[in-house]
Amino acid sequence: MSDNNTEAKGYLDMELLRFSTAGSVDDGKSTLIGRLLYDSKSIFEDQYEAIEESSRRKGDENVNLALLTDGLRAEREQGITIDVAYRYFATPKRKFIIADTPGHIQYTRNMVTGASTANLALILVDARNGVVEQTFRHTFIASLLGIPHVVFCINKMDLVDYSQDVYNKIKADIESFSAKLDVKDIRFIPISALKGDNVVNESENMAWHKGGTLLYMLENIHIGSDHNHIDCRFPVQYVIRPQSDKFHDYRGYAGRIAGGVFKPGDDVTVLPSGFTSKIKSIDSYEGELKEAFAPMSVTIQLEDDIDISRGDMIVRENNKPNIGQDVDVMLCWMNDKPLVPNGKYAIKHTTNDARCMVKNVQYKVNVNTLHRIEDDKNIKMNDIARVTLRTTRPLFFDRYSRNRITGSVILIDEATNETVAAGMII
Amino acid sequence: MKAYNLTHLRELEAEAIYVIREVAAQFENPAILFSGGKDSITVAHLAKKAFYPGKVPFPLVHIDTGHNFPETIEFRDKFVAELGAELIVGSVQKSIDEGKVVEEKGYNASRNGLQTVTLLETIENNKFDACLGGARRDEEKARAKERFFSHRDEFGQWDPKNQRPEIWNIFNGKKQFGENFRVFPISNWTEMDVWQYILQENIELPPLYFAHERDVFVRDNVIMATCDFIQMKDTEAAEKKVVRFRTIGDMTCTGAVESSASTLEDIIEEVAAARSTERGTRSDDKRSEAAMEDRKKQGYF
Repeated sequence: MSDNNTEAKGYLDMELLRFSTAGSVDDGKSTLIGRLLYDSKSIFEDQYEAIEESSRRKGDENVNLALLTDGLRAEREQGITIDVAYRYFATPKRKFIIADTPGHIQYTRNMVTGASTANLALILVDARNGVVEQTFRHTFIASLLGIPHVVFCINKMDLVDYSQDVYNKIKADIESFSAKLDVKDIRFIPISALKGDNVVNESENMAWHKGGTLLYMLENIHIGSDHNHIDCRFPVQYVIRPQSDKFHDYRGYAGRIAGGVFKPGDDVTVLPSGFTSKIKSIDSYEGELKEAFAPMSVTIQLEDDIDISRGDMIVRENNKPNIGQDVDVMLCWMNDKPLVPNGKYAIKHTTNDARCMVKNVQYKVNVNTLHRIEDDKNIKMNDIARVTLRTTRPLFFDRYSRNRITGSVILIDEATNETVAAGMII
Repeated sequence: MKAYNLTHLRELEAEAIYVIREVAAQFENPAILFSGGKDSITVAHLAKKAFYPGKVPFPLVHIDTGHNFPETIEFRDKFVAELGAELIVGSVQKSIDEGKVVEEKGYNASRNGLQTVTLLETIENNKFDACLGGARRDEEKARAKERFFSHRDEFGQWDPKNQRPEIWNIFNGKKQFGENFRVFPISNWTEMDVWQYILQENIELPPLYFAHERDVFVRDNVIMATCDFIQMKDTEAAEKKVVRFRTIGDMTCTGAVESSASTLEDIIEEVAAARSTERGTRSDDKRSEAAMEDRKKQGYF
């Protein structure tokens, strides 16, 4: 291997950033993604030629970069995005995964899906319209889903003469309503996705903006603290027992670390049994590890022979999660069939499976005004509501705001097996 | 303070291993779909790491069109032996002999479409309830919306309008009798990620991926290897070229690129500089703008 081969070696210090995009109809979200892909040279000739040809056929004057992200035939026909689509691009610094979510009112469910794994949310605002109802909704969902960083792209600046006043007014409006929400890191950037201002290349039209380009921001925003590295949580996913001659007595607990830093020699407690032991080793295919942290997939061996199976959780003795069968959650309903009051559902939490009953609907949230609705407790598709669940078995959980992995659940309809709701534990 | 960061490859690896372990935990009779291409080799490698020091608890399933490159079959047998896994072969030739499918005729005849029937039959006969595959979302438009856990009805069909929402990393593998899942652990990887990972892990690949001299001819701007399965037109002439393959499928639909890339480092440089997607050499995708979407609905990989 040659050491000066930078293309081949560059991956050794690249990081991964996942971000979601949301915007209203026609505020240029697909164009922005197309622009990011095109200007960062992530589009191949055959893809470009295909959209060039489609644009010509549709009578577009310019090559419509939005076509790059229109996936399924139904979307191409109707000209709307109907489901979360994932896009990828990379710079020498980072690899990016974009969860491209539709902005239509009926698709809150897709926005929640796209936001659930994101480090960062890009929210588009049309500079001509300023803050609209959907801006509230997107920001609220980003905060509800605990996305650590939210970036507002004030788009179509070319259509307001690149006016700093227009930008400042919108920025002030967003700052004022987001003060009521729980978002840790909010940023703003004036762009024109169509013309390319401040997306990958700095704008000559907005010298007043000193914050750099969007791509620069995406490449440099600090994401090292986005996982919880404080509370040790290891949901046991699978038990490895080779029963081979070489590993006759091997018993390893395989799983993905959900929080904290584990080291050999740590005193641990196993839930729900409460038995205590010490970590004997943290194994991987490459050998034993000195430490392991979220989101690594590892295998843990304990000093003592304890009966442990999938759904159990290994934690530190002096830092335990909540253990209980009554859980308050913010629920996002994702199915055409409404929630059945006092209905029973299957519930999944980390690697744990149980059943639950929806005991009480406390209130619904109007996602456009953030007001509580207390007199209508019918939970339908795309509704967000605070409910109390009673589970058949104890869950080992943290607040969602503390840990997105141990703080989240999904509900499943037991008749159809469909995933019907996502829940964030309060 | 110390930074607890993973590189993008380590994070993608951790995600894929998590998905593979979920399959072992949630299903009774899973299998790995193995084509002998770099993506399914990567999935098998990840499975090996996921269960170490135990064995991979799934068989490998290969749908053999009978039109494979001989190099692929040779590599497959060696790979399976080293992994110590069981190999199950579904034969398209057998499906043709039994009259379940009819072979295409003409110059562009391919068995690629026929694979779907053999695949679904193999799944049904072996009662597999989940099949791990190496498909990636960056490969093709219709795959950009695919889930990690992709639900298939009792006819093996995929309904793009009725996919289960997939939130966080909580995967719902619940199903009715007769239904099954396709699971794609490397959904979030790009072609470049796969190559970088193969280099990082020093994974062995079939020699087809590296530059070599062979007899080829050009059809519709695609370089095809000459073989008994393709009928050449009078206007087409075989010549020797130094080529390599970016994807490995049937000899009838997998095009080569002229290349001198003989090491993984060379390939990575070539991929970084490439001006067309890897499926750009696949004539099966060129049949129509929605070719992949149509095949996926019917149960293609």
